[in-house]
Amino acid sequence: MNASVIIFYIIAAFILGAGILAVTTRKIFRSAIWLLFSLIGIASLYFWMQVEFVAAVQIVVYVGGIVVLIIFSIFLTQKSGDEMPKPLKNRSIFSALAVLFGFAFTFNLIKQYGFKQIESTPFEVKVSDIGNQMLSTTEHGFVLPFEVVSILLLAAMIGCIVIAMKVKHNEQ
Amino acid sequence: MSEITVTHILFVSTALFFTGMYGLFTRRNMITMLMSVELILNSVNINFVAFNKYLYPGKLDGVFFTIFVITIAAAEAAVAIAIIINLYRSHHSIDVEDASELKY
Repeated sequence: MNASVIIFYIIAAFILGAGILAVTTRKIFRSAIWLLFSLIGIASLYFWMQVEFVAAVQIVVYVGGIVVLIIFSIFLTQKSGDEMPKPLKNRSIFSALAVLFGFAFTFNLIKQYGFKQIESTPFEVKVSDIGNQMLSTTEHGFVLPFEVVSILLLAAMIGCIVIAMKVKHNEQ
Repeated sequence: MSEITVTHILFVSTALFFTGMYGLFTRRNMITMLMSVELILNSVNINFVAFNKYLYPGKLDGVFFTIFVITIAAAEAAVAIAIIINLYRSHHSIDVEDASELKY
C-alpha cells in the first residue's frame, strides 16, 4: 500500500458516496450540491490519472457551468426547502434489484476479461499535442468532429433561446 | 491489491453508472433525472480516460472522446433546462407524471 493507492481509494469512496447521496436525498437543492461534490471528485480522479487538461475542462464545464445552470433552474421552478415525495416502495425495490444485478453482471465481465496493460510507454498528455491533433487534417486528426461539435453547440444555443423565449400576444 | 489496475477504475465507473441509473429509475422530478444522466455521462468519461491511460498509452483518442462527450453533455443540459423551464411555464410542475398529454 503506497500513498497513490490510498489516495485512489479515498477519491473512489468520495465519488461513490457523493453520487449515492445525490440520487437518494429528498431535498432537491442538497441533491444538486452532492452532485457538485461528486463531479469535483471525478475531476480529482482525472488529476490522479495525470490528465490535467481533462480535469481542468471537467471543473470549468461541469462545476462552473452545468451545476450552476441546474441550481438556477431549481430556484426558478421549485420550492427548494420542501422535501420531494418519497418514491413508490415497489419502484425503488425493483430498481435497486435491477441495478444490483446489472452491476454484478457487468463487474463479473470486467473482472474475467483480463486487460493487458502496457507499462512500457509513458502516458503524458501535453496540451500542445492535443491542440495539434485536434486541428490536424491528416488521418488521425480530429478536425471534422471539432467542426461538427461547434455546429452542434451553435444549434443548441439557438434552440435554447427559441424554446425558452416568451411569446408575446400583441395582436388582440 | 498493492497496485491500481484498470479493473479498479472500471469498478468505480461501473458503480457510478449504476448509481445514476438507480436515480433515473426512482426519481420523478425532471431536474433530478437530468442530474442522474450527468452522473452516467461522467462514468463513461472515466472509462475513456482509463482505457487510454492503461491500455493505449501512446495515443490520445480517449482524451479526445472525453472532451467531445463533455461538450455534448453541456449542450444537452442547456437544451434540457430550456425544455424544463418551458414545461414549468405551461404545466406549473416539472414532475414527469404531470406531463402525460402524449402518453396515449
